[in-house]
Amino acid sequence: MNTETIAAGTEDGRRPALRRHFGLRWNDARQGHLLVGPETVVVLNDTGAAIIRLCDGRHSVDDIVDALSTAYTEVNRDEVVSFLSRLYRLQLADE
Amino acid sequence: MTRPGPLGIIAEVTHRCPLHCPYCSNPVDLVAAGEEMTLLEWLDILVQARDLGVAQLHLTGGEPLARSDLVGVVRAAHDLGLYTNLITSGISLTPNRARTLKDAGLDHVQISIQAADAVLSDRLARTPAYARKLAAAAIVKALDLPLTLNIVIHRQNIHQIDEMITLARDVGADRLELANVQYYGWALLNQAWLLPTKAQVQRAERSVRSAAARWGRQLDIVYVPSDYHEGYPKPCMGGWGARQALVTPNGDVLPCAGAARLPGLPLENIRRAPLAWIWRDSPLFNRFRGFDWMQEPCRSCDRRTIDFGGCRCQAFMLTRDAAATDPVCRHSPSHTVVTECCAAAENAASAMHHPRQTTATPPTVTGRSRSPSP
Repeated sequence: MNTETIAAGTEDGRRPALRRHFGLRWNDARQGHLLVGPETVVVLNDTGAAIIRLCDGRHSVDDIVDALSTAYTEVNRDEVVSFLSRLYRLQLADE
Repeated sequence: MTRPGPLGIIAEVTHRCPLHCPYCSNPVDLVAAGEEMTLLEWLDILVQARDLGVAQLHLTGGEPLARSDLVGVVRAAHDLGLYTNLITSGISLTPNRARTLKDAGLDHVQISIQAADAVLSDRLARTPAYARKLAAAAIVKALDLPLTLNIVIHRQNIHQIDEMITLARDVGADRLELANVQYYGWALLNQAWLLPTKAQVQRAERSVRSAAARWGRQLDIVYVPSDYHEGYPKPCMGGWGARQALVTPNGDVLPCAGAARLPGLPLENIRRAPLAWIWRDSPLFNRFRGFDWMQEPCRSCDRRTIDFGGCRCQAFMLTRDAAATDPVCRHSPSHTVVTECCAAAENAASAMHHPRQTTATPPTVTGRSRSPSP
């Protein structure tokens, strides 16, 4: 099983979509969001979880940045893009 | 700070199985059906697991579908927020059963296939299973459940990697797991028949790389390397007692499937102790945690944080010392044990061309011949 800790924090994506065998779960005991798949658990911070929720194949990267900007101040687009590219590289999501 | 709980629980809900694979990962001493935990006992474990922060439940066996109450386990796990993964031979998966499991919240199905064609597959499983497995894969896909095909690769089927990848694409799998056989229990007994040559492994790896580059967007290909040929050990279980706990059909809680065979470790059972205590405090789970237990060359090796010294069970089986460096490691003082096996495989390979190969009976006499009866 692979575990990765990734924080939202580069490569552009169009309409990112989480691969269908992954799901976002709140873990009460850990008080944190986890991205869980058959052999993978990824520990997410709140921003990471907020991005993942928008990775549904309908929101563009700009949409995601805009949506985050309503919830967080000082959203850095490069960090969002960087986070997404890690999701692609880990084969958790596709552009 | 309190140690975080396991991320995943591997639940061997039964050791009963319609298949008789010569590399079965179950212990050679199988748990009889009459000793299996009840549904209520499993539900109690799931609550304890959730409270500890467990995120994944892997339902395996034996054949988990051999339990008629499996859907109860899935529903409870789902209601507790766990990601549920069914690891099955697919043999007894009917459309109704699959629908019931999906409705109960099943997240993912992993179906094992023995080879890329019916003849070899059924010969390896020692039962006519291939067609039913493909039917099961179709049932899973029809329900739009995420599907992984899982194929254990070894000398007898490693030439079929390309066909396996094609098969996975044809059935519409989301993931394909190609795992070189690990030599424990049944597989160790049958090692001479299973261990491939270096050239075979390299050819397989080239096929996987090229397929991953071509199809990686539609098919997630996971390749588990042959540690005998790698020269470095695998980070077994992500470290001892670090990420996952395995629960056997009768409630033994183990850091891995092989741990029960290590000497001098008191077994822990969920019928006698809470999961949190077993995970955090038991001598069993603490025995090989961290780095203090390590000997040289592991203790001063930079890779100790990568592979955690490798597999304790493999170390014990091959050196009789469970705290030794995993002998698949090129730095292990016992590494020749492994290189000699690999050398024997190279020589046997040349014998494969001998006309007798088709008539020779493979040493699967050691394959599990039947399921344990009550």
